[in-house]
Amino acid sequence: MNDMRIVERDVDTNNVKISAKGVQVYYGDTHAIKDVDVEIQDKTVTAFIGPSGCGKSTFLRCINRMNDTIDVARVTGDIRIDGEDIYDPRVDPVQLRAKVGMVFQKPNPFPKSIYDNVSYGPRIHGLARNKAELDDIVEKSLRRAAIWDEVKDRLDAPGTGLSGGQQQRLCIARAVATEPEVLLMDEPCSALDPIATAQVEELIDELRRNYSVVIVTHSMQQAARVSQKTAFFHLGNLVEYGETGHIFTNPTDPRTESYITGRIG
Amino acid sequence: MTDASMPSATPETRHKVSLVTPDARTQKRKAAEKRFRMYGIAGIATGLIFLVVLLVTIVSSGMGAFQQTFINVPVYLDAAKLDKNGNRDIDEIKKVSTFGYTPLIQDALLQQVRDAGIETPLEKRGDMKALISASAAAQVRDTVIENPDLIGQTVDFRILASSRVDGYLKGRVLREDVARDKNIDATHLDIVDALVPLGVMQKTFNLAFITGSDASESRAESAGIGVAMIGSLFMMLVVLVLSLPIGVAASIYLEEFAPKNRITDIIEVNIANLAAVPSIVFGILGLAVFIQFMHLPQSAPLVGGLVLTLMTLPTIIISTRASLKAVPPSIRDAALGVGASKMQAVFHHVLPLAAPGILTGTIIGLAQALGETAPLLLIGMVGFIASNAPDGIASGLLDPNSAMPAQIYEWAKRADPAYYERAWGGIIILLGFLISMNTIAVILRRRFERRW
Repeated sequence: MNDMRIVERDVDTNNVKISAKGVQVYYGDTHAIKDVDVEIQDKTVTAFIGPSGCGKSTFLRCINRMNDTIDVARVTGDIRIDGEDIYDPRVDPVQLRAKVGMVFQKPNPFPKSIYDNVSYGPRIHGLARNKAELDDIVEKSLRRAAIWDEVKDRLDAPGTGLSGGQQQRLCIARAVATEPEVLLMDEPCSALDPIATAQVEELIDELRRNYSVVIVTHSMQQAARVSQKTAFFHLGNLVEYGETGHIFTNPTDPRTESYITGRIG
Repeated sequence: MTDASMPSATPETRHKVSLVTPDARTQKRKAAEKRFRMYGIAGIATGLIFLVVLLVTIVSSGMGAFQQTFINVPVYLDAAKLDKNGNRDIDEIKKVSTFGYTPLIQDALLQQVRDAGIETPLEKRGDMKALISASAAAQVRDTVIENPDLIGQTVDFRILASSRVDGYLKGRVLREDVARDKNIDATHLDIVDALVPLGVMQKTFNLAFITGSDASESRAESAGIGVAMIGSLFMMLVVLVLSLPIGVAASIYLEEFAPKNRITDIIEVNIANLAAVPSIVFGILGLAVFIQFMHLPQSAPLVGGLVLTLMTLPTIIISTRASLKAVPPSIRDAALGVGASKMQAVFHHVLPLAAPGILTGTIIGLAQALGETAPLLLIGMVGFIASNAPDGIASGLLDPNSAMPAQIYEWAKRADPAYYERAWGGIIILLGFLISMNTIAVILRRRFERRW
């Protein structure tokens, strides 16, 4: 496993960004997440791995309350970002989602121009006072998403006309444009080819300097490559959580070992 | 189970089957597929044949309505009859009714017949009555009132021929028929035959059919669908202004905001049911609510529009909800993910993507409403408006009026076969409107359809 790593294993900080305690999620009668406790650190890439349907995406969607949009979903327990309970009735999910950006499994740019895609978030949150500032934000975000050089001459072209990898990086640019503190990525590379995947992975490591990144992935190699911390989910339980190197080389739970060696999942 | 997994016990026999000669099973399947295709082609062909028959019938029966027989005749506007005091006072001229003009026209036509040297036993002025439309006198009178200086002069007029003459020239009235007709007889037709080559009688395009108003039973030749068209237009305005915003707002609420529970389920089922309610039920509802309870005027396009709005709303709601549903959820997720509120997500992203579908649904709903007759009969949208716009329908939405399909229905009911022809002609115009609306819907859909 060691030869695969492209990033430093060291965790720079021990500040807890997101802390979850006793989180339960129900979809109607289905108990999708069972009593999950996890502490996600700031300026760290945390990978959620596990077989399909194990609840890792569900848990990810709890962190920015995207589960609110599903009528039958019910979340209990306590999730705090910087010590604030995000399920407090006073919290507006709209404000929360500006702080916790999200990148989805399938690239989903708006069917608008590249510029409009990136500028939409800043515009609705009033982050720019004038066009020049907005232009700056767009350029900065596209640069951060490592796509500026490819699209700088055609910002008016539709975002849906880009290739899959470019679309996904555009979505990342769109997510970082609102200056979030946490970036959630739900299998961001599953629709991409290996080259685009490599670009996005490098990007994720870049993003770690500014954000706390949580990534859900089906690829254990990817988790090993990009993350410092890894959480293994199985059947709605958080089975094991710890340093990525530790999880992959010396798992304590037999289920984790079975999964990473390919016996289950 | 598929046949691939069945006879694994006899692999040898399966291997011996050549790929070049299809086995019985494959042949049977192929034959079934071929039969199914034939059924489809036969079905479509039958449909096409009926469509062609329908269109040919409509066009061949209705095209006549767009042509009308006119008589070119120089009428001497006798001052002694029209302006006895000779002072050209407009009020006195107006006192002379159409009865004062009829003899002048008949004299003029009789003179033409004589000048042309046509031999005919008809020598009296009154004998010309059968050839001239009853509305000709009104036409001449209107011209004189508009310009009293014409009195005393001989003026060339292009007046309508009677519907029997028109029918004779179009082949609708045959010589055998006129024996039983008290309005016209064979000697009149002889005159017509003689006048046509001279250019006195002419069959030409009749704009008045498209722009004119309805006329009484005895004056089929001057009836037009124009006023009913304006009535339909007013109704469509009411329908559009009410049903588009209400329908779209209701669908957005139901589709994007409403909680999914028993109440919204019931509403949903009821909307689907409403779309299937016979339109006459909406008519009687409109009669009870708008006219008897709210005392809105009868026969008014406003009431007609309200009733048709009730009828169109379910169509618009269903098509709008379908197009909202067709917008992929990933777009909503994307908008919510960058921190848009639900309403921002809907109005900035979902609605623009659904717009082509909504527009198409609305136009098709409007087209449906445009062709609807039954509810209009119940609320009396079959007003007999014989004066042309803008006189009869000046105040628009509240004046009694008719609508195109109701007008067609009225014409089809009348005894005179000339009206039968006009009913077909009206159908051509109505179909023209429907086809162009549907074409606009298709073009809009093509133009604004976006990929995501």
